[in-house]
Amino acid sequence: MLSRITLGLLLAAGTALQAQENPVAFTGATIIPITGEPIENGLLLVQHGKITAVGDARSIRLAADVQIVDVTGKVIMPGLVDSHSHVGGVQGADGSNPIQPDTRALDSLDARDPRLQKARAGGITAVNVMPGSGHLISGQTLYLKLRASRVVDDLLIKLPDGSPAGGLKMANGTNPMRPTPNFPGTRAKSAALVRDQFIKAQEYRAKRERAQGDPDKLPARDLGLEQLVEVLEGKRVVQHHTHRQDDILTVLRLAREFGFKVVLHHVSDAWQVADEIAAADAACSIIIVDSPGGKLETRDISFANGAVLEKAGVTVGFHTDDGVTDSRHFLRSAGLGVRAGMSRAGALKALTLANAEMLGLADRIGSLEAGKDADFIILSGDPLSVYTKVEQTWVEGQKVFDFADPQDRLYALGGPGAGDAQRVQLCCYGSAWDLIIAANQGGAQ
Amino acid sequence: MNRSPSRNLYRFLLCTTAFVIAPFVQADEAAMPVAIHGEMVYPVSGPPIPGGLVLVRDGKITYVGPAEDMVYTMDHRVVRAKVVVPGLIDARATVGLSGLLNQPHDQDMLEKSAPMQPELRAIDAYNPRDPLVAYVRSYGITTVHTGHAPGMLVSGQTMVVKTLGGTADGDTLKPAAMTAVSLGSAGTTDQAGKSPGTRSKAMAMLRAELLKAQEYARKLALPDETKRPARDLRMETMLRALDGTQPLLITAHRQQDIMSALRLAAEFNLSIVLDGCSDAPLVLDEIKAAGFPVVLHPTMARSFGDLENLSMETAAKLRGAGVPFAIQSGYESYVPKTRVVLFEAGVAAGKGLGFESALAAITLNAARILGVADRVGSLEVGKDADLALYDGDPFEYTTRCLAVFINGREFPGERHEP
Repeated sequence: MLSRITLGLLLAAGTALQAQENPVAFTGATIIPITGEPIENGLLLVQHGKITAVGDARSIRLAADVQIVDVTGKVIMPGLVDSHSHVGGVQGADGSNPIQPDTRALDSLDARDPRLQKARAGGITAVNVMPGSGHLISGQTLYLKLRASRVVDDLLIKLPDGSPAGGLKMANGTNPMRPTPNFPGTRAKSAALVRDQFIKAQEYRAKRERAQGDPDKLPARDLGLEQLVEVLEGKRVVQHHTHRQDDILTVLRLAREFGFKVVLHHVSDAWQVADEIAAADAACSIIIVDSPGGKLETRDISFANGAVLEKAGVTVGFHTDDGVTDSRHFLRSAGLGVRAGMSRAGALKALTLANAEMLGLADRIGSLEAGKDADFIILSGDPLSVYTKVEQTWVEGQKVFDFADPQDRLYALGGPGAGDAQRVQLCCYGSAWDLIIAANQGGAQ
Repeated sequence: MNRSPSRNLYRFLLCTTAFVIAPFVQADEAAMPVAIHGEMVYPVSGPPIPGGLVLVRDGKITYVGPAEDMVYTMDHRVVRAKVVVPGLIDARATVGLSGLLNQPHDQDMLEKSAPMQPELRAIDAYNPRDPLVAYVRSYGITTVHTGHAPGMLVSGQTMVVKTLGGTADGDTLKPAAMTAVSLGSAGTTDQAGKSPGTRSKAMAMLRAELLKAQEYARKLALPDETKRPARDLRMETMLRALDGTQPLLITAHRQQDIMSALRLAAEFNLSIVLDGCSDAPLVLDEIKAAGFPVVLHPTMARSFGDLENLSMETAAKLRGAGVPFAIQSGYESYVPKTRVVLFEAGVAAGKGLGFESALAAITLNAARILGVADRVGSLEVGKDADLALYDGDPFEYTTRCLAVFINGREFPGERHEP
């Protein structure tokens, strides 16, 4: 598998460096490792898709075979990790039932979606693509590396057992409530349906344990319950859409009852219940939208969510929710976070390592450290400045975006050929029956 | 150096109070003259002034220039900021008509009962107290060109209003600014049996409407009063498009729709304002030759449907071609419920437009396109005292708007602390 990917990358990348058979040193840039203070006149050494050294350019001795790339005046930071996105037009559950953990984002993703290249243009190297929020459980999410391939299988992040890494998408509040058969009409019903399902999963797990591997006693395979058992056992993290303060507390209540690990998503009212979130040790993946409202649940969303959560000691990351916000503007979230009181270091971590932690991938990505994947971006300046541009994006030592390339420039800035003739579905903010928006086109309500 | 004792006294007081800007001005303070110091003052109508000063009295600007060249009296309230710019102008919005909650009761931006309803006036729908009005004001937006949204062939009239949060009548600069027309997907319907269902039908309907208005005008001019037509609100509005007093604001994103707008203008000798214009770079020469201004889509608008080809560089290209343009926040049906034109101009600034052109696109150039440059859009003596104060480059993500002045009255800047 790996060799196939590598070959594919070499063919696709053309003139890209030869997968760092020989080490490559990027020298002279300001390096923001996230795990430490920024390093002026830094050096990033890369080989075989991994980072082999990070430090002061003057203090690292380089062997004779090292290829040197002078990036003086630039800024290098880890590839951005987006903990919640819908690039690739991912889907999950259909309209038949509010609980469908058997569905996989994997089986729907279009790896040729131009929005994947736009995400690379925005500096994103890893992303959690998720089904929408119109269900209590809408399916299995997928953690991807935005490698230079247009085949979904090449983008997967594999767990030690070979399975693709991902979470389980859940939602509460108004999105999963709808007037169609089987779906809940109230918040209490929503919670009851979820609790019922987790109790079934507990029983399923108990049956499996009692069978002790005896095929005659094992319960029939159930694709949905298998996933919930993974959640119960902590192997799969619940990625939970929630906005209002009472809904946030409901998520924490259910997580406590069934002992699952949860990341809270959007969390519009986070500033109102930050201490409770901190006490539950739940991470928050938040969004910055340019104004409050648009629906009742987001009436009180605040730019200060990042700052308040940071001060409360919560692990907090940003997400794009692409297409709610555009992946190309992901760095902007951190700038606006700082505007509202977040620390600079905390805001940069919220684009990288914090999100890696939420995806259980912090040992591989999210910071520039020897031994981690060589996922990094080269910026023209301060990552929090509106005047800064992403010049290059690298994944596992391969360049996947280069602003100097005319085709990549087109994706970065837009223009004929870079857009999508289809209307984008906003699956995470909308109610299930008014997902299609007609921004600047109509006025669909 | 010419320093008066009173100025030195003010400097002393400012240092000791760390010049915290009062979030709310007391009633008696509203009438006080104000001295606004900026480490950089951008009048927009002229070069930036380091160490600049703007004096305000009775709601008008009485001085703009270097602080060193002016002595002011003790009765001035003194305010300081790093950067002082004219109050920002959003050249196309629906704020006040499309409210924050996005519930039926606060959504008045689109009447769908008929494809052409030019008689609808924004002023009859504008809610100055919708929270989004105060929200955009807190970032420095003091004037908005708001009104009916794209989405129907002729959706209604627009207005130019200050974000005072008072009353629609009291806050308004121009009660009937333009008439909003939508071409392309936004102006057509996919409902079976309804018109216009195609671009051609939409244009045929528009042309027929303008012909009717010409005929209405002819009859109005008849010497025999008894033969003149009865008042017709719809015709009266279209008439103002024909005589140029209330131009059509034509939303057109695809290049064929932009060309249709230009063709319509040529046929009826209209002066129009192009709105949206995602495909502007494809027909730049034609737009320039026609001489009409462009109110450009939000830089961060979503690039799908008719906006598929939009580019964050288009503002820079319009400037390069010499086409007059302004930037808009546009209409959002969902999240965010409104964009902030400051943010949209900021991204354009970062994508090749540059600081000063981006600032002009949301101040003086916008005022000129909207026909209100005699009142707002730049810091000049005699103009309305509309200013926005920032603690740094207004376009930087990390900069904050500290305070906003409209007609000399102070409003709080952005606040994020819960």
